[in-house]
Amino acid sequence: MKLTLRVWRQQNADAEGAMSTYEVDNISSDMSFLEMLDTLNEELIVKGDDPVAFDHDCREGICGACSLVINGDAHGPERTTTCQLHMRSFKDGDTIDVEPWRAAAFPVVKDLVVDRSSFDRIIQSGGYISAPTGAAPEAHAAPVPKPDADYAFEHAECIGCGACVAACPNGSAMLFTSAKVNHLGVLPQGAPERETRVLDMVAQMDEEGFGGCTLTGECATACPKGIPLPSISAMNKEWLRATRKVSR
Amino acid sequence: MNSSREYADYTTGEPVVDTKAPAGPVAERWDTRRFEAKLVNPANRRKHTVIVVGTGLAGGSAGATLAEQGYHVVQFCYQDSPRRAHSIAAQGGINAAKNYRNDGDSVHRLFYDTVKGGDFRARESNVHRLAQISVEIIDQCVAQGVPFAREYGGLLDTRSFGGVQVSRTFYARGQTGQQLLLGAYQALSRQIAAGNVEMHPRTEMLDVIVVDGRARGIVARDLITGKIETYFADAVVLASGGYGNVFYLSTNAMNSNATAIWRAHRRGAYFANPCFTQIHPTCIPRTGDHQSKLTLMSESLRNDGRIWVPKAKGDDRPANKIPEDERDYYLERIYPSFGNLVPRDIASRAAKNVCDEGRGVGPGGQGVYLDFADAIKRMGKKAVEAKYGNLFDMYARITDEDPYKTPMRIYPAVHYTMGGLWVDYDLQTTVPGLFAIGEANFSDHGANRLGASALMQGLADGYFVLPSTINDYLARNPHHDEISDEHPVVREVLDETADRISRLLAVDGDRTPDSFHRELGELMWEFCGMARTETGLRKALERIPQIREEFWRRIKVPGTGEEFNQSLEKANRIVDYLELAELMCLDALHRAESCGGHFREESQTPDGEAARRDEEFGYAAAWEFTATGEAPALHKEDLVFEYVHPTQRSYA
Repeated sequence: MKLTLRVWRQQNADAEGAMSTYEVDNISSDMSFLEMLDTLNEELIVKGDDPVAFDHDCREGICGACSLVINGDAHGPERTTTCQLHMRSFKDGDTIDVEPWRAAAFPVVKDLVVDRSSFDRIIQSGGYISAPTGAAPEAHAAPVPKPDADYAFEHAECIGCGACVAACPNGSAMLFTSAKVNHLGVLPQGAPERETRVLDMVAQMDEEGFGGCTLTGECATACPKGIPLPSISAMNKEWLRATRKVSR
Repeated sequence: MNSSREYADYTTGEPVVDTKAPAGPVAERWDTRRFEAKLVNPANRRKHTVIVVGTGLAGGSAGATLAEQGYHVVQFCYQDSPRRAHSIAAQGGINAAKNYRNDGDSVHRLFYDTVKGGDFRARESNVHRLAQISVEIIDQCVAQGVPFAREYGGLLDTRSFGGVQVSRTFYARGQTGQQLLLGAYQALSRQIAAGNVEMHPRTEMLDVIVVDGRARGIVARDLITGKIETYFADAVVLASGGYGNVFYLSTNAMNSNATAIWRAHRRGAYFANPCFTQIHPTCIPRTGDHQSKLTLMSESLRNDGRIWVPKAKGDDRPANKIPEDERDYYLERIYPSFGNLVPRDIASRAAKNVCDEGRGVGPGGQGVYLDFADAIKRMGKKAVEAKYGNLFDMYARITDEDPYKTPMRIYPAVHYTMGGLWVDYDLQTTVPGLFAIGEANFSDHGANRLGASALMQGLADGYFVLPSTINDYLARNPHHDEISDEHPVVREVLDETADRISRLLAVDGDRTPDSFHRELGELMWEFCGMARTETGLRKALERIPQIREEFWRRIKVPGTGEEFNQSLEKANRIVDYLELAELMCLDALHRAESCGGHFREESQTPDGEAARRDEEFGYAAAWEFTATGEAPALHKEDLVFEYVHPTQRSYA
């Protein structure tokens, strides 16, 4: 395949960015999208040009590092991570736009690389169960009904990539935050901190400059792990419940 | 880098002894050691700083636990967040001797299976401790909210893995590593918020600072600004993972690298058993030269999938056109009692053998079938989907084939490194104050790691072992002189680091970092991969210095050192691979026996199994770095087996 790429180039956080156009040839349909970018970068390096910077690591769809907006869609046309998107999803002669996540809370570091430390701070504000090492009771002491365990798992699958924020017209982090709130909230182990967790995490989310949620649902459509949209309403319910309980 | 020495030279130094493992019955050693170790008064812990490099299962759990104990932790990862370390990609599960199935499991059986699975090249003391701690890990993770798979009664589910005949592997669908890592990451996040851990993401360790024979800190590069800075501490813990990426194509993450452990080795830490690498039998075969990494299909698939190739050579009919009696379920045939669940090294070698015979399937004949047709018939498609759905989806996405309809094609790939920095029972390297945990050390898996044991070891080291043993070192070394960048040793390390980076940028040649990495990887796969020979290893040892020389002549790194520069990061890591690869080949050459994942063609049984030579090689090989271009020194640690008598492993 021969393709035209229009790629966002930005030297650093303070620099102005712009789209640059590149041609790539001999692209196999078996390549992943990132291997296609590797091919471009190999050519750029030999020519003495600056290769395109992008985040990536496991290339198995689980670490959450890769983060490209491809033709306007977070992670591109398939419901997966960029690293698991293959060139068979494109046609010979296509022009492909490649941009970084765009959100106020994810400033650009360089080219397609953004700073997602705001997500870490949301987790730090309460996305955990306080269980210091050594203090744990026997694992079978508290059985968890299978539906609850499955519900927890379904939400725990979030890889923290940020596609939900990138896809949202408001740049909201509600899906990310709700995934953790619901994962821990449904488990008996998470019950003691259930109220403080949701209140603190939502407060931190707002402080980081993420937008509000208007339930457009773009987040759940873009999520490579299929975190369901009702996760957000479940968190709203948790938040209301916590507000009432804490003010009592 | 130029040297006059013969490429296969080494000297033999004093034997190395683990002075920390107590004597007495193996089951009591861990208690004894914990009792004998000195403690640090809780009020004094805040005065101690501990550096932890890496945030995978070992590093994340260690950082969180040390901070909970009251130490001041300064932690580093090259990723943009501590949540992304490659432990996250572990799929299948974590072993623990809970015996919830009442199927005859026990701490002793897990200990026995691990020593045997490692082909009698691991320490009994360490492995027994690992088996003891395994049960506490499950408790700890459940308390953190790790959503393990459960039965309808609400209790934890388990499954079987290779090399064992009990069901002791706990799992969270095909994402066990992810869930365990997020548990550790969340515990770490809690300590970051409490101000007990100072976290430095996107910061890569480039060297260790050793002053007066003790580890006192590290030199690290801020990957965004390029700034090279020093960080000082009372002890340094390396949890930077394995070195499988020496092979270029592996199941490791793209940026996993050996720099931290290799630089530590150059500063005095012995490197043990570097040739012990694990080639995982069930990976998706490569499709072409563009391939950047290989993807694992969890070993858990071998619970229900059956591995086969056509009986006839060159049979290129599609799988469903090959009748049952023309298929060779070779693992079931050769190893009837373990069948498809033989250990990884054996399954990989068997796959290689049938492909070498010309019976491989798929492009280039580099593949075997992993077939679920029987499982779907027996359990129904829905049950198979519930158990393995995400793995099947991943396979379909990568290969564009539907594994529910046609069998998966799999082939072995580099996955894990059992070798690593030599550590004593306290997980301390030969440099006092420098510890290595998780895959970065060599301690528990011998010559072959059993499935679902890496997660167990990483968390055992990080949650339980290191936080107990490091106290002893800190208690015995309570006061250090203050050091700063002005200290002559620190100055020297800083200068060397800066010099290396400017040399990489100055060459301005015509070859990319990846082109060198790929060349080295292909060489290593050919000569230091699944089967090794003296001739091949000598060839590799002759070739590696040539590649290194060419690297320093022709490498091209665009940009500068004072910015976000991924080419520079890569080139800098390749410098270390080019040295480590040589030690791996030398170790493989000197170990003229086969054991576990190390298969020397000269040393095999009449039916083609690995033949150990315990009399000559019943030791761990700990290599000392002497000087650049000089022959390394080999220190042998004799392995004593008091409980599990070494035998020829039999899975037949």
